Amino acid sequence: MRSHLLPEYIVERDYTKCTRCKVCIKQCTYGVHYYNAVKDTIESKSERCVNCLRCVVFCPKEAITIKRNLNNYRENYYWTQETITSIKRQAETGSAILTGMGCDKPYPVYWDKLLLNACQVTNPPIDPIREPIEIRTYLGRKPTRIELEINSGDISLKTDLAPNLCVEAPILFAAMSYGALNLNVHEALVRAAIECGTYFNCGEGGLHSNLRKYGNHIIVQVASGRFGVDLEYLNAGAAIEIKIGQGAKPGIGGHLPGEKVSEDIAMVRMIPAGTDALSPAPHHDIYSIEDLRQLIYALKEATEYMKPVSVKIAAVHNSAAIASGIARAGADIIVIDGFRGSTGAAPRVIRDNVGIPIELALASVDQRLREEGIRDEVSIIASGGIRSSADVVKAIALGADAVYIGTAALVAMGCTLCQRCYTGKCPWGIATSNPEIAKRLNSADAYRRVVNFMRAWSIEIKEMLGAMGIDSIESLRGNREQLRGVGLTERELRILGVKIAGE
Amino acid sequence: MSDILNMSETSEYTEHVIVKDNRAIINAEGLHYRQLNALLRALSARGIKTIEIHNIYGQRYIGTGLKGTLDIKVYGIPGNDLAAFMNGQRIFVYGNAQDGCGNTMNDGLIVIYGSVGDVAGYAMRGGKIFIRDDAGFRVGVHMKEYRDKKPIIVIGGKTGDFLGEYMAGGIILVLNLRGKEHSMRFVGVGMHGGVIYVRGKAKHVGKEAKIADVNENDLHLIEGLLKEFSEYFNQDVNVKKIMECKFTKIVPFSHKPYGKLYG
Repeated sequence: MRSHLLPEYIVERDYTKCTRCKVCIKQCTYGVHYYNAVKDTIESKSERCVNCLRCVVFCPKEAITIKRNLNNYRENYYWTQETITSIKRQAETGSAILTGMGCDKPYPVYWDKLLLNACQVTNPPIDPIREPIEIRTYLGRKPTRIELEINSGDISLKTDLAPNLCVEAPILFAAMSYGALNLNVHEALVRAAIECGTYFNCGEGGLHSNLRKYGNHIIVQVASGRFGVDLEYLNAGAAIEIKIGQGAKPGIGGHLPGEKVSEDIAMVRMIPAGTDALSPAPHHDIYSIEDLRQLIYALKEATEYMKPVSVKIAAVHNSAAIASGIARAGADIIVIDGFRGSTGAAPRVIRDNVGIPIELALASVDQRLREEGIRDEVSIIASGGIRSSADVVKAIALGADAVYIGTAALVAMGCTLCQRCYTGKCPWGIATSNPEIAKRLNSADAYRRVVNFMRAWSIEIKEMLGAMGIDSIESLRGNREQLRGVGLTERELRILGVKIAGE
Repeated sequence: MSDILNMSETSEYTEHVIVKDNRAIINAEGLHYRQLNALLRALSARGIKTIEIHNIYGQRYIGTGLKGTLDIKVYGIPGNDLAAFMNGQRIFVYGNAQDGCGNTMNDGLIVIYGSVGDVAGYAMRGGKIFIRDDAGFRVGVHMKEYRDKKPIIVIGGKTGDFLGEYMAGGIILVLNLRGKEHSMRFVGVGMHGGVIYVRGKAKHVGKEAKIADVNENDLHLIEGLLKEFSEYFNQDVNVKKIMECKFTKIVPFSHKPYGKLYG
């Protein structure tokens, strides 16, 4: 049938500048540009354009401009372009609409309604240039009390300490699986994690053998599909994460289509090439908190209690009660992933309508664990849509020990948020396992970019801490006195546990 | 003996262990699973090749995290997640086993002289589980195969719903040696690899799976497993007579069942 869909973007080419060098044709993985031999010109099929800007950046003559199509459906506040386009598309395909990256809808962004405190007159700020400000922290179970043994003047620790992860900055790289990303990206991230003194989570698609040597800086993930999970894998990393849910698609399983399961991905996931890699929505051995405890301790037994075990859940309505259960089930770290969290592929209706903001979930989880007196038994990692160092600082003030970042690290490498990760054609060579396209991402270059932006965020975090007169990130954890709200209701302020600005 | 257990983690449990040559006998009464499993690891690391565990009352994770070859004989009822992540050892249980038996098992053998609970062989990638009697619900969920690894579960009796759900590889054989009709429902729901054989008729097959003809290769395979089954359980299994019965073969329609869901 004839498609009723309108192109989302229009490609404009300045023919006075275009030299027909064909770079744009080579760079576009969606087949937008083509050479018309009859006219000896390069032309574009705008309807294929996703506005990834690859051709724009690589055109040596700056001849290409991508514009939003002005031929929009008649302006309508209620029936938006997206709702009309979606229906027309579904009328043609009969399929659920897939998307990539995080929710892009105008729900409130609580980070932007929270402001930080600073010292004035009565309590001096600290200058991070002159004075040390510690942003190192430790993730894992902390003892409620310490017992010391004193033997003829020698003091030694009697308490057995639970294994902890040490991070030089409270930022870790979130789980992004092999299959969604390629080896170049994984290698860049893990090397950046080593350089920055933090950790890279390999996601649920197994761990490539080339990366096992970096195991001290890797968190291995165990999801419902148990891809690539064996004793060696569990012992290869510094910690193990049980993935229960993901902020971009709470309650939804994963599905790597068979077409994308190449020999290499099949090897890392330990499945036959060409078959669908399905992660069921639940772990079918976990239907309760007691079952979760069973898996947590199975993993601890498998690694002889040497590694912290983390449990990742999506931020949903009753996250606080679930988090309490997770803490009591023996997890060392709880990861809460907010609804802005990204994905390589999810049904758009789920991504944009399911889950709750990380700010509210984080505040309520921290509050609940404190009230129950078990906050020190677990660390909290906030995840899902952390965009800046300010978001990091606000998350920690709301009660997180550290944050996970995914999108931000990919943007540092080249991602332009075109949201087509699920096609596997990422023109920037990131969300693709096609070896020809993956070559575009130079691992060393991407590593350098990630290390640079992490360094920049670390400087900024220290600046903000110094301004507050706080010399250690751990002193900011859950320190909501340092936050004030603007434009929030009484109830929102109560859940966030912050006062209104001016109060 | 004390020499063998001369490590701080386990030395306090020496009164639970008798060691002779490369065999050990453990009295598990009063031992927490963490102590018992530490003991198993310590004994295995010191070259013990056969361990008998007596008076076991539901201790979990027996066989998890072990290296090298080891035979474990369990007298009593081991707890959940028996042989979770197990990689090559052999476990013989003279009694029933509970839930999660063979969870994400990579290699090895489990022989149960009794029944097992739910979720046996979840996400199992290799090795074999032989169950003399019945199994609970959700057996072999997301079992998968990889290269030379092909997990196998043989159940002597009957099993519950969701057999082989999301199954991605391997072989499940349900012999139903004592029962009349299968009551299991949703067999092979979401199945996208592997094969399930059922003696008699399976009525309630999931929509991603289909019933296929049993060919010579299948019969050969079933007969081999049946022989192995009768060897372990030393039962009056009349292989010839059972082989004369009708078997139902259940296989997936596709290795890629969900291609058209999203667009």
